[in-house]
Amino acid sequence: MQQGFSWRVLVFITPALLIYGLFSAYPLLDTLHLGLYTADETGVRSFSGLGNYATILSDPQWSASFWNAMLNNIKFFGVHMLVQNPIGLVLAALLSLKDVRFAAAYRTVFFLPTLLSVVIVGFVWQLILSPLWGVSERLLTVVGLGDWFAPWLGLESSALVTVSLMSVWQFVGVPMMLIYAALIAIPDDIIEAALVEGASPWRIFWQIRLPLILPTLGLVTILTFVANFNAFDLIYTVKGALAGPNYSTDLLGTLFYRTFFGYQSQVASPTMGAAVATLMFLVILVGVAAYFLVVQRRLQRFAL
Amino acid sequence: MSHSFRLAASAVAILCNSLAQAGNLTIESWRVDDKGLWEELLLPAFAKAHPGITVKFSPTSPPEYNSALNARLTAGTAGDLITCRPFDVSLDLFKKGQLDALNGTPGLKNFPESAQVAWQTDDGKSTYCVPMASVIHGFFYNKKVFAELGLKPPETEADFYGVMDKIKAAGKVAPLALGTADQWETNQIVFTSIGANHWKGEEGRKALISAKAKFTDPAFVSTWEAMAKWAPYLPKGYQAQTYGDSQNLFGTGRAAIYPAGSWDISYFEQNSKVEFGAFKPPVQKAGDPCFISDHTDIAMGVNSKSPNKADAKVFLEWLSSKEFADLYTNKVTGFFSLSNHKIDVKNPVAKEMISWRNQCKSTIRLNAQIMSRGTPSMENELWNVSSQVINLKMAPKEAAAQIQTGFAKWYQPAK
Repeated sequence: MQQGFSWRVLVFITPALLIYGLFSAYPLLDTLHLGLYTADETGVRSFSGLGNYATILSDPQWSASFWNAMLNNIKFFGVHMLVQNPIGLVLAALLSLKDVRFAAAYRTVFFLPTLLSVVIVGFVWQLILSPLWGVSERLLTVVGLGDWFAPWLGLESSALVTVSLMSVWQFVGVPMMLIYAALIAIPDDIIEAALVEGASPWRIFWQIRLPLILPTLGLVTILTFVANFNAFDLIYTVKGALAGPNYSTDLLGTLFYRTFFGYQSQVASPTMGAAVATLMFLVILVGVAAYFLVVQRRLQRFAL
Repeated sequence: MSHSFRLAASAVAILCNSLAQAGNLTIESWRVDDKGLWEELLLPAFAKAHPGITVKFSPTSPPEYNSALNARLTAGTAGDLITCRPFDVSLDLFKKGQLDALNGTPGLKNFPESAQVAWQTDDGKSTYCVPMASVIHGFFYNKKVFAELGLKPPETEADFYGVMDKIKAAGKVAPLALGTADQWETNQIVFTSIGANHWKGEEGRKALISAKAKFTDPAFVSTWEAMAKWAPYLPKGYQAQTYGDSQNLFGTGRAAIYPAGSWDISYFEQNSKVEFGAFKPPVQKAGDPCFISDHTDIAMGVNSKSPNKADAKVFLEWLSSKEFADLYTNKVTGFFSLSNHKIDVKNPVAKEMISWRNQCKSTIRLNAQIMSRGTPSMENELWNVSSQVINLKMAPKEAAAQIQTGFAKWYQPAK
């Protein structure tokens, strides 16, 4: 085929390029740009270079809230990696076994919370965990663990983990579905061959199935990373924009919200907010880049 | 993240704006709870007097109001009439040219100077919102519980703890309906309300602004110390109890005392059968003069980009009339008109609360004027430390030190 400029390619690419450029690339570049400005009290903007970043990273109050949000965000991501994705993997492995009764029903049930609005999930869990009207204390008492109950959402020590687990409950269906799809794509003859060779189901899982789905696990990791560092809505719904108690549930998303839009008497600062958004973008960019450069390249792919 | 927010905000704003035309006015407000009253009572009353003008009341929930309004004003899609938060928040809008100056508006004559301060520039030269109402802070008590235990509304702090001890000993209901999950109550309803007696109202507030007093002074620290004593009287798990939970506890008769803002009157009148009365924040010692937080809370101004300013001014004129003052005070119970018109308050609890104005000296919320305009925002900081103090996670002295440090960071006189 002749190489060269093709009008057809241009015609097919243009619509998508326009939409992407207008609604994704342009706002992103504009945000990067806005972060370099500062505004006085009459709202007039002037160029300040990296001034906003210097403030966020060196001012004692700003840097304390930024690093607090960053650390919380890392913990939030940690809970998802340690709880959500392993559970997703186990569920997918169980569902992909042969002859599981009601497999389709389970699959639907596990995936269902993902379809719910975050507002509903937040509201329902707040009610369940409420020390006044919630069922959790009574349920714990029934099994003799009543003393273990605490107002988890209100304690500085447990609020972040509690909110993280609510998010895990909601989104565990996503890794489950992705891993499930990868597992059932493994051809039966490979598994059968292993069976004939006398491999135990345990060994088949660890040495045949798991290596074959590693690329999918990588994908799940990176999706979790991006979603977690963009998280905002659940915290806002459950704990409000101040992300209490004592900012223990503050994520980069809620910090950004307060900075960009203002909160109560905190005056909105779009320029400072854009700087926070840019830092979030950089964190995600570095994370994704590191994944692609370091992990993705080393993953072996098997032609099935 | 920011772009999706901004897009969503402007999309919503554009949708709202497409409904606005000449002869039509839209009111931006945070009073979601009053939507029915505006639509069924206040606006029809206005329409009767001014048939040519259609007004739409379009509220945003209180925590989102400031942010959403900001986004809409910046995008040029906000309504014609803007409900004004007091002091620094609205001053910021005025400085950015988003609110019109209302100097010379005839209706302003109906308001005393003290009511206008909350919506004036620091030099008092420009007024940019027409005052609507103030709210008064205090406590509600369940009359039945008090009668059964033979209790009287407390006058002093010692009485207050005594009463709560008895309620706690009786063990039937929680002594105090308050939680710290939403955080704002611990500052707006508790700290700046009970503290007025400690820092002697305006005297303490002005001393902070002129830097003659510090938050680390005994008057302020002792307020947080009093709050720390509340913890044993709060319901189990109060750290996760929201404002709505507290309202439900008191409204269903499961709590005896409720730290309240006067706006709660209408909520309980509409949603509960509990018979309740009000008592003012207890004084430290018997015979001390009393101070109440009588906060100029709500006003209305004109969006400088409104296409329909003439009609908006007509509406503001009506807002300063006696008809509105009467309707607002008596129908939107718990909001007290700031105008000079003489109004009969009909609701008994509201009447009790407004009578405190004659017995005590009024002050506004401690941090409302000037103190909340810097970074870090003192309002947010106060929510946080006051909740931590009630949670017993922060010592009163630490709370005071944190607020003072944050204040001194940007406020020249306090350095």
